[in-house]
Amino acid sequence: MTTTMERAADKAPARERPGRRPGRLRKHLWSYLFLVPLVLLFGGFTIWPMLASWWYAFFDWDGVGSPTEWVGLANFREVLASDAFWRAFWHSFVFSLAAIFIELPLALILAILLNNTWLRFRNLYRLVIFLPVVATTAVIGIVIAILLDPAGGLVNRILLDTGLVNEPVNFLGSTSLALPTLLSIDVWKGFGITLIYWLAALQTVPKDLQEAAAIDGAGFWRSLRFVTLPVVTPIAIVILLLVFQRSLNTFDLVRAVTEGGPDYATDVVPTYIYRYAFDPSLQAPRYGFASAAGVVFGLLTLVVTLLQAPFLRRRVNA
Amino acid sequence: MNRILRRNVWHLLLIPLCLVWVYPFVWMVSAAFKTPKEMLLGGLSLLPDDATLDNFRRAWTTAKFSTYTANTVTFSVTVVVLVLLVASAAGYALSRPGLPGKKILAAVLVATMFIPHGYTIIPTFVLVNGLGLGNGLLGAALAQAGPALVVPVLLFMGFFGGVPKELEEAARMDGAGYLRTYWQVMLPLAKPVIGTVALMNFIGAWNAFFVPLVFTLGSPDLRTLGVGMYGFYGQDTTDWTGLAAAACISVIPIVVVFLFLQRTFVEGIAGAVKS
Repeated sequence: MTTTMERAADKAPARERPGRRPGRLRKHLWSYLFLVPLVLLFGGFTIWPMLASWWYAFFDWDGVGSPTEWVGLANFREVLASDAFWRAFWHSFVFSLAAIFIELPLALILAILLNNTWLRFRNLYRLVIFLPVVATTAVIGIVIAILLDPAGGLVNRILLDTGLVNEPVNFLGSTSLALPTLLSIDVWKGFGITLIYWLAALQTVPKDLQEAAAIDGAGFWRSLRFVTLPVVTPIAIVILLLVFQRSLNTFDLVRAVTEGGPDYATDVVPTYIYRYAFDPSLQAPRYGFASAAGVVFGLLTLVVTLLQAPFLRRRVNA
Repeated sequence: MNRILRRNVWHLLLIPLCLVWVYPFVWMVSAAFKTPKEMLLGGLSLLPDDATLDNFRRAWTTAKFSTYTANTVTFSVTVVVLVLLVASAAGYALSRPGLPGKKILAAVLVATMFIPHGYTIIPTFVLVNGLGLGNGLLGAALAQAGPALVVPVLLFMGFFGGVPKELEEAARMDGAGYLRTYWQVMLPLAKPVIGTVALMNFIGAWNAFFVPLVFTLGSPDLRTLGVGMYGFYGQDTTDWTGLAAAACISVIPIVVVFLFLQRTFVEGIAGAVKS
């Protein structure tokens, strides 16, 4: 992200001689040719869809032919009035909260521990914790569903045998437990990547700075508070944004484990959109309505991201 | 002595944590070797009484996991090749000093990083169908690679920007043009970035679910492992041990690839986070 700032400086000398356009263009012809594939692929599969979603959202369209039935703001009105949409949005947001307030700090604590060179087997520990990140979500979803099965699943058998519960717990089938269960699985699955981010951030703390603190008599906590954390803070914000972005895209796990159920208790916005646009059991897909839901989701995400900005800026300056 | 004791005490915390952490995987591998009968009886033992390869045979042929594996390999390799070619070329162009418009382009790339995928999937689907790639893996690969380009472009741009100018000047003195300098001088230098980007995107594509699911709804023969796994589940009678074997088939290759290349991966992410 800093690269964009540096590039601004490079551009300045070119601006001094606006009269020599054709020469400059010829000079950079190859560079522009090299950018064509990016513009085509990224433009076609990211920029255009962002704009086209807006357009589709104004139509009642089942995806057959081109959209013709203009309905104005009706789709948006329906999305905003839909309790199911707001519930799905809230669940998506809860996934972000769990990632930011549970996964992020716990991963930092473990990273500080695993960053110590005196700790034996630390590479093995890192590897084990990273394993769920590499594994396919659909596989994880299915294996977890079997382990948590109320009828004879291993977790319930252990809970029953040890007398912790009297009757099997329906982790994924009860409306009150399904979401917390999914959140825990999500934290487990994503933990490794966050740990790697933090380990990378901790590598940037200069060794001599920590040694100097130790010579001045700073213990572990003081060194953490006054040396490590201040150095890590700017990177921490990048990590926070990466984790936030990943949590908003939660789809695979919900789709594979609960399909949004029971009774939409675990529905998130991507599964909500999927249901209206692609669900095979659908009579007629509602692309227009699903697009409107996507646009509203995109806007709300933007608002939430911007709301974090002043708070983040204060942290950087502190 | 006291110090050594205090340091080793952490293992009392870490070992149980790691055991719980990998338990689902251990269970999965164990179940894949059990007979359906033993599974039904539901012993807690992780060592199968009488290990069988039958589950793998069933998953591989009857449940079409051989097809799914081939599809996943095709899909993942296509995505990696697309991302490497497009991102390295774009990163090289964007690292040229004084290229008009590059600041805007880089800003657009960064700004779109936070767009949720659920927002863009419908037009992407319409576009791929419009291009006539609707029922093919190439369409799905394009849809997967497009949004995945941002980080690789920034990584290549940062790397090429840091290469000393003298190197390129020397290449030009020797008569190498733009293309040759890129292909024969710069790309070989960028091996660490290429490795990181390739591995990150290979893992991403191998595990992809949303895009392959949407793009293979009408053509079950094009399913990838992740999607095929999911289709396996929830039928009337579930073949649990076959399911576990199928799960092994889709997870073990990627874990092995990761084990061999983990150093590149971790260092690559570290580099990306730092810059």
